[in-house]
Amino acid sequence: MDFTHSDDRRMLADMAARFVREKYTIEKRHEFAASDEGFSREIWAEFAELGLIGAMFSEDVGGFGGSGFDLAVVFEELGKGLVVEPMLANLVAGKLIEHAGGPEQKMLLEKVIGGETLITFAHSEPDSHYDLAHVATKAEKTDKGYRLTGHKSAVLNGDSADLLIVSARISGDAGDEDGIALFLVNPRADGVSIRGCPTVDGGRVGEIALNGVEISDKVMLGDGTDCFAHIEKATAAGIVAISAEALGAMQVSTEMTLEYLKTRKQFGVIIGRFQVLQHRYAEMLIEIEQVRSSLINAAGQLDGGRELREWNVSALKNLVGRVGHLVAEECIQMHGGIGMTWEYALPHFAKRLTMIDHQFGDEDYHIERVIALSAA
Amino acid sequence: MDLNYNEEELAFRKEVQDFLAEKLPKRIADKVKNLQRLTKEDMVEWHGLLNDRGWLASGWPKEHGGAAFDAVQKNIFEEEACRAGAPRVVPFGVGMLAPVLMAFGSDEQCAHYLPRILDGTDWWCQGYSEPGAGSDLASLKTSAKRDGDHYIVNGQKTWTTLGQHADWIFCLVRTSTEGKPQQGISFLLIDMATPGIEVRPIILLDGEHEVNEIFFDDVKVPIGNLVGEENQGWTYAKYLLTHERTGTAGIGFSTEGLEQLKRIAKLQKKSGKPLAQDPYFAARMAKIEIDLAALRTTNLRVLQDAMSGAASPVDASMMKVKGTVIRQAINDLARRALGPHALPFVSEALDAGYNEPPIGPDYANPVASDYFNNRKLSIFAGSNEIQKNIISKLSGL
Ligand SMILES: Cc1cc2nc3c(=O)[nH]c(=O)nc-3n(C[C@H](O)[C@H](O)[C@H](O)COP(=O)(O)OP(=O)(O)OC[C@H]3O[C@@H](n4cnc5c(N)ncnc54)[C@H](O)[C@@H]3O)c2cc1C
Repeated sequence: MDFTHSDDRRMLADMAARFVREKYTIEKRHEFAASDEGFSREIWAEFAELGLIGAMFSEDVGGFGGSGFDLAVVFEELGKGLVVEPMLANLVAGKLIEHAGGPEQKMLLEKVIGGETLITFAHSEPDSHYDLAHVATKAEKTDKGYRLTGHKSAVLNGDSADLLIVSARISGDAGDEDGIALFLVNPRADGVSIRGCPTVDGGRVGEIALNGVEISDKVMLGDGTDCFAHIEKATAAGIVAISAEALGAMQVSTEMTLEYLKTRKQFGVIIGRFQVLQHRYAEMLIEIEQVRSSLINAAGQLDGGRELREWNVSALKNLVGRVGHLVAEECIQMHGGIGMTWEYALPHFAKRLTMIDHQFGDEDYHIERVIALSAA
Repeated sequence: MDLNYNEEELAFRKEVQDFLAEKLPKRIADKVKNLQRLTKEDMVEWHGLLNDRGWLASGWPKEHGGAAFDAVQKNIFEEEACRAGAPRVVPFGVGMLAPVLMAFGSDEQCAHYLPRILDGTDWWCQGYSEPGAGSDLASLKTSAKRDGDHYIVNGQKTWTTLGQHADWIFCLVRTSTEGKPQQGISFLLIDMATPGIEVRPIILLDGEHEVNEIFFDDVKVPIGNLVGEENQGWTYAKYLLTHERTGTAGIGFSTEGLEQLKRIAKLQKKSGKPLAQDPYFAARMAKIEIDLAALRTTNLRVLQDAMSGAASPVDASMMKVKGTVIRQAINDLARRALGPHALPFVSEALDAGYNEPPIGPDYANPVASDYFNNRKLSIFAGSNEIQKNIISKLSGL
């Protein structure tokens, strides 16, 4: 057993940490979040230059890592800065290409890693809640290829992507794991309409309508087989990443709270003297360490067999949901009124922690999955 | 033991329902139900309509122009008003200042200020908290020094809800630094138009301007604006805390919130079926419903005790804690129910008249933001930690 990271990975983590610490103030973050695209193209170019995007992908596709632990160390640091650049969107879509793409399609990842092309996975639909198999969007066979019709909602950075990976159904019904195919779709193609929208925690999503979009055979990702398995695996990477982001945000939140408990005075003493607050602070620390362990479990299984991977990933996301909720609410509460103000950084961490439960499945979705996977 | 409302109470409920159906403007009710922004004009308009019916000051005695509702009537009124989507009555003048004036103010003060609260001439805000005095309110520093016929007020209040609309502020100020901190506090009424007052907005985590900082720089306040006796302000403030018992549980809000939640859970789908049928989610909702059913009866029991003068101060603290925990839990579930649709948030859509089609279901936009805003419920009006301290202290610990 060895719980230390390799030197290379430690350097990667340090680099990400330094970047966030030195360049990513909360004021800058708000400024980027409020801009039209909801992030900074300059920062994105720097991420590419530093190799942070490349660290998400394997050497086969031009990356420099791509293991669960690479994702974990980078995203933990991004979480500490509440980074709004579209790393998560590009990671999940990129993993689909890495796992499922044909040789030419994999070449696309070079431009993703270089920061020139932005991609995202257009999958979630109005009625899917978090069910990965709930794809109602239709891909009807035509002479030249397919015609896509349907609606994708809350697509991460869907309004700034240069390329969408769209899931659509070739056969079967919404809810069937079989019959789903993936297509590389140009967001400017006829019949695609996208409405961008800010999110409550400082991000961006797109609502995407596909109104009879004509596409050629060539844009089908890979050979069209095993798509559900690829979706599951790419989502697992997304869950490891977003959970690491949550871990970073939890640490900053509790550090800020500790600082506040040690300085804020009421009744002639620092409020950290009150035992009820001490215990609640301790409770958070205990839980956050469990999140770190659960993250290690899942990151370690990310490239392993399906059953172990999925069990650990769902266990992680359930725990992150529970602990994120605890940390968000407790940190605000222990700050009193200050914890409710826009000008202070803490509530923005709390908002992000809360909304992380709304991406890639919430507590309930994942506990149901853990039960099903345990029974299998 | 009789758990039913009597004939009179049922007739009263009908009367309230009829009034709301006839008088509550749909435009305003729609805003409330859709969690949109209310303007000052909306709130003033609703106060006016209530006052025309004699129901604005539901708890005041008749002689001052109040409705003199008993506790059960107040409760019925609150339930029906929430169900209909009526804005809450802004409490600072009607519910907070007025009872103090009636109990401790002079006849002249009552005769001057009370009618102006009723007819909307004066909008009041509450100036208790300071940057250094939150839970430990008695440590407040804003000073009022006698200078002939005036007090000269210096200092800062903060978290002043809707102070941006206010004509007047009732303040706790320090008039003496001798003895225990509680002993040197006075209750002072200050005209917001007096020179030396500056109001600065504080933006909350949801991006909304709801509270303010108020700075006082050599503000001259006539001594006639003192309520009761000098250095007795703490007693008056505490009187208010123990007498404003109804409504702290927010049963009306929770009841309506739960109804909305159930509506959302029927419309949201999980794996093709309504979310309301998902056992995990259904269990979460049922638990809240169980808690609320119990609290509704606890609340009525407390109200009955209050009517017969037998209520204990522990009750008020209990109702505050449990009431806010339930309200927050409902907000939490509404957010969860939306799944990914909880993410998009268009601030402009909180204004009535916003015409773009909604992103996602039409009820989704304000839900997460409302959840975050209502984290305040367990912080203000005596934080839930402070309430628990009170409960255990009064229990003898
Ligand atoms: C949205 C909003 C609106 C408000 N409106 C008004 C208004 O109109 N007028 C007004 O005067 N005030 C208003 N307040 C202020 C409110 O009453 C205070 O925020 C509240 O009293 C808590 O004080 P604080 O924020 O300074 O927190 P603090 O008192 O600093 O408390 C910080 C944390 O320490 C805990 N704590 C403090 N003392 C103890 C103890 N002895 N034991 C255990 N835990 C303790 C608290 O519970 C809290 O969790 C408002 C606040 C908010 C957030």
